[in-house]
Amino acid sequence: MTWILFLEQSLNGLQFGLMLFLLASGLTLVFGIMDMINLAHGALYMVGAFLTAWLADMTHSFLWGVLLAVPLTAVFGMVLESTLLRSLYRRDHMSQVLATFALILIINEAVRMVWGSDLALSAPAALSGPVELLPGLKYPSYRLLIIGVGLALALFLYLVVTQTRMGAWVRAGASNRDMAMAMGINIQRLFTLVFGLGAAMCAVAGAMLGPLLAVQVGMGESILILAFVVIVIGGIGSIWGAFVGSLLVGFVDTFGRTLLPHLFRELFPPQVAATAGPAAASIMVYLLMAVVLFIRPQGLFSRRS
Amino acid sequence: MRTTKSGRLLALSLATLLAASLVQAADKVKVGFVSTLSGPNGALGAEIRDAFNLAVKLNGGKLGGLPAEVLIGDDQFKPDVGKQLFERYVKRDKVDFMTGVVFSNIMLAGLPEAVGEKTFYLSPNAAPSPIAGKECTPYFFAVSWPNDAYHEAAGQYATTKGFKSAYLVAPNYQAGKDSLAGFKRYYKGKVAAEVYTKLGQLDYSAELAEIRAAKPDVLYFFLPGGMGINFIKQFVAAGLNKDTKLVLPGFGADQDIIRSVGDEMLGINDTAHWGLDLNNAANKKFVAEFEKEYKRLPTVYAAQGYDTALLIDAAVRGAKGNLEDKEALRRHIKEAKFESVRGAFKFNTNQYPIQNYYLREVQKDGQGRLVNKIVSQTPVLANHGDAYVQDCPMK
Amino acid sequence: MNANPSSTTFTKPWLWCLLMALAIGLGWLMQSQGMSFYLSMLSRMMIYGLAACSLNLILGYGGLVSFGHAAFVGIGAYTVGILITEGVPSGWIGFPAAMLVSALFAALIGAISLRTRGVYFIMITLAFAQMVYYLVNSVKAYGGDEGLNIRMRSDFGFGLNLKNDLAFYYLVLLCLALSLWFMHRLMHSRFGRVVLAQRDDDVRTEALGFAVYRYQMILFVLAGAIGGLSGALMVNQQNYVNPNLMHWTQSGVLMVMVILGGVGTLAGGLWGALLLLTLEDVFAEYTVHWQFYVGWILLAVVLMAPQGLAGLFKRKPKGVGHG
Repeated sequence: MTWILFLEQSLNGLQFGLMLFLLASGLTLVFGIMDMINLAHGALYMVGAFLTAWLADMTHSFLWGVLLAVPLTAVFGMVLESTLLRSLYRRDHMSQVLATFALILIINEAVRMVWGSDLALSAPAALSGPVELLPGLKYPSYRLLIIGVGLALALFLYLVVTQTRMGAWVRAGASNRDMAMAMGINIQRLFTLVFGLGAAMCAVAGAMLGPLLAVQVGMGESILILAFVVIVIGGIGSIWGAFVGSLLVGFVDTFGRTLLPHLFRELFPPQVAATAGPAAASIMVYLLMAVVLFIRPQGLFSRRS
Repeated sequence: MRTTKSGRLLALSLATLLAASLVQAADKVKVGFVSTLSGPNGALGAEIRDAFNLAVKLNGGKLGGLPAEVLIGDDQFKPDVGKQLFERYVKRDKVDFMTGVVFSNIMLAGLPEAVGEKTFYLSPNAAPSPIAGKECTPYFFAVSWPNDAYHEAAGQYATTKGFKSAYLVAPNYQAGKDSLAGFKRYYKGKVAAEVYTKLGQLDYSAELAEIRAAKPDVLYFFLPGGMGINFIKQFVAAGLNKDTKLVLPGFGADQDIIRSVGDEMLGINDTAHWGLDLNNAANKKFVAEFEKEYKRLPTVYAAQGYDTALLIDAAVRGAKGNLEDKEALRRHIKEAKFESVRGAFKFNTNQYPIQNYYLREVQKDGQGRLVNKIVSQTPVLANHGDAYVQDCPMK
Repeated sequence: MNANPSSTTFTKPWLWCLLMALAIGLGWLMQSQGMSFYLSMLSRMMIYGLAACSLNLILGYGGLVSFGHAAFVGIGAYTVGILITEGVPSGWIGFPAAMLVSALFAALIGAISLRTRGVYFIMITLAFAQMVYYLVNSVKAYGGDEGLNIRMRSDFGFGLNLKNDLAFYYLVLLCLALSLWFMHRLMHSRFGRVVLAQRDDDVRTEALGFAVYRYQMILFVLAGAIGGLSGALMVNQQNYVNPNLMHWTQSGVLMVMVILGGVGTLAGGLWGALLLLTLEDVFAEYTVHWQFYVGWILLAVVLMAPQGLAGLFKRKPKGVGHG
């Protein structure tokens, strides 16, 4: 493995991890503060991607597509929260699972009815080429943008959570909800805001990843599972945990996908290596989660008291 | 998606007749069409469906002189869904022919349902090697080309061009394996690497990094539908198109990909059994009518779908509407007495085609549009069958 | 939706006998009317019902929210599928093997998972199921992603041809009846009472001297075994199996069936399966967007569920509540 290859794969891992973080951060907050299992979180990511694709097409501008789609998705999230999801907070996890599972079906089909099962979304033309970071290392400029956006949002979130009053409420609520309520925090409004923020983050991830993957119905389910793994590893309710967890999962997944097949290809014929490699890579992520849970059952940075 | 809805309404009205005895096929021809109509690969199924419907429409809504009823189902790129659709059309709706599937894995899951009820499956695309050889069945006809063929032609071309090292990529399923096996059969240079990706994978950043590190003379990949579109876009985004020559199988550089990727496709070479500018009357009519009806240029998938409809038409006509006598019907299908858009067409003993394969290149046509032009009327591989026919006991 | 296994349905064995007789008669009627497609559809629904009932054992009775139950169904299916492919078509070997292998996996997964609580239990069961899914996906010899087609159905001898839709239907009915009867006896035994006790309050049950972990393990393994049985039937019904059967979304579907039909009732899973699959088929005839309507119905059930559902889980079962 050359240095160039290593660097390029590291950047890939970073890019993937940061996008996961956008999803996981919202999820961990919702779970941590509202104690709600929200399976429909991936659906918000999908709605964000579809809105971006649709608006970008109408305005002929990727930037405008994103700028308009994100607040729209946030609003959609907040409406969802204040109508349907609010009645689920008091309910047990089982009911939440069922209700949000039903929501996935509804939202998936609703999107299909409005836009069809997939929409095209292209990166802005200016970013469709590479940037030469080092001699011999040409990295897609669009992916650099993703990394930039991801880091910026992570920093933004960090500042909000640590430096603002709302952030303090969030941390209090994540730590001990009942106590936070007793201390007079307007929990209802906080919940709605947190949900909206989470939805906005999902939308950004959907918009950013849309050109790379495919904007299609059902895109949320595949990434949702990884997001859950991330928050379990990181500790439920902890943004920092979500950050570390996302990067861990991002790197393990990317390197697993290339290193292991490399290794397997040395040892086995190509077709065996081809599946054993990626399979082992996928399993690695779950193995990582199992190991973390074994050593530290509440996750790496859990703030639960 | 409109067609799907009407297809479903047709299926519903049929369901109410379930208490009736076996539907006598003498008064109409029922075709079950199952394909991938949604998701990133949905465009492929839509191409086949559109062309098939066009052929039926140009024929006055008939096949072989009988009114045609086409039941359309979406397999959603899932083998189990495809299999259930096959079961429904074959067992409940008792169709006379099944067709439509794009992907080999879905076709392989559904085929046993058709074979089990002695219903013919005419494949407008998937034609994997096992069915050409050891597992051949009289109820399967490949109307497209053997899965290996485009890749064999490409391998031949790569050898002729003198490329010393080739990097190969394909998804890890039967057609993927067939594709690279086919390429290697005719490519005499060195294979730098043979990489199998996950079927349906959309992010190739990891694989592209590896290709950059390997620096091959030529990159050959088989990634149908959305997979290919994403790969090429990411290939260009990573700047690899400046350093690595790309050779593709025909559908990998076809109109749908060209529409999505754009000018970066200029100069790419690919191999196929058909081209827009292939010089025969049936093809001229097909391309003109398709463009008129659907406002876009057809791909090889469409050409195959169109030919399938024409084949059914010829076979039913030959059998004079008697769809119950399966042996006779089979003979008529095998005779393939129809004007194919690809020119010369005949079936081998294993019911896979024998035909020519040409070299194509993406160029601008008279109207400035990007199209695949056939580089030379001399085929890369002429009257070419497949490598598995000797394993098939059918004569 | 009843919480107590000694609910009305159990105390009327004649009702069950009547249902059984009806089912047998219905099958014969459908076959004679040439509706074998619908017979095969009904068989499929009953198989899902069996899978859902096996999940109910740990979910409804045990209070264990496992998101990985579909893995056991898949393991059972693959066991039989692989055996048939390798030339061992005997059902007398295949079916018990399926149950045994599933039970083994359940023991393994349970041993580790049951040491966790709350949402972590959910996640760990999910993780293990995904691992099994990826593992099976990687074994190309048995189809991998493309799935495994099997040429024939299990052979039980005595001239019984399972290719016959009616014969197969009766086999499914038999397995379903036996399993339900077994689960009924199980929950009415001392074992069953301890299980229900720990579901309501495991700390107190432990304090009373019962090794809760051991009871949960046994329950988990039994549920896995019955899940494996449903898998063996499923691969026969479809003549095909593919790794998607084990995906976490399939576990979700099973859970939905249990909840729809009534958590903690003996045949809740069965009714839920029949209801959900019938809804799917009916809606699918009219619109390609059937999932939309089914989703709303599910949502309505959850939001307006009678006290029974909420009441059942108000007491803190494992995997539910505030971890």
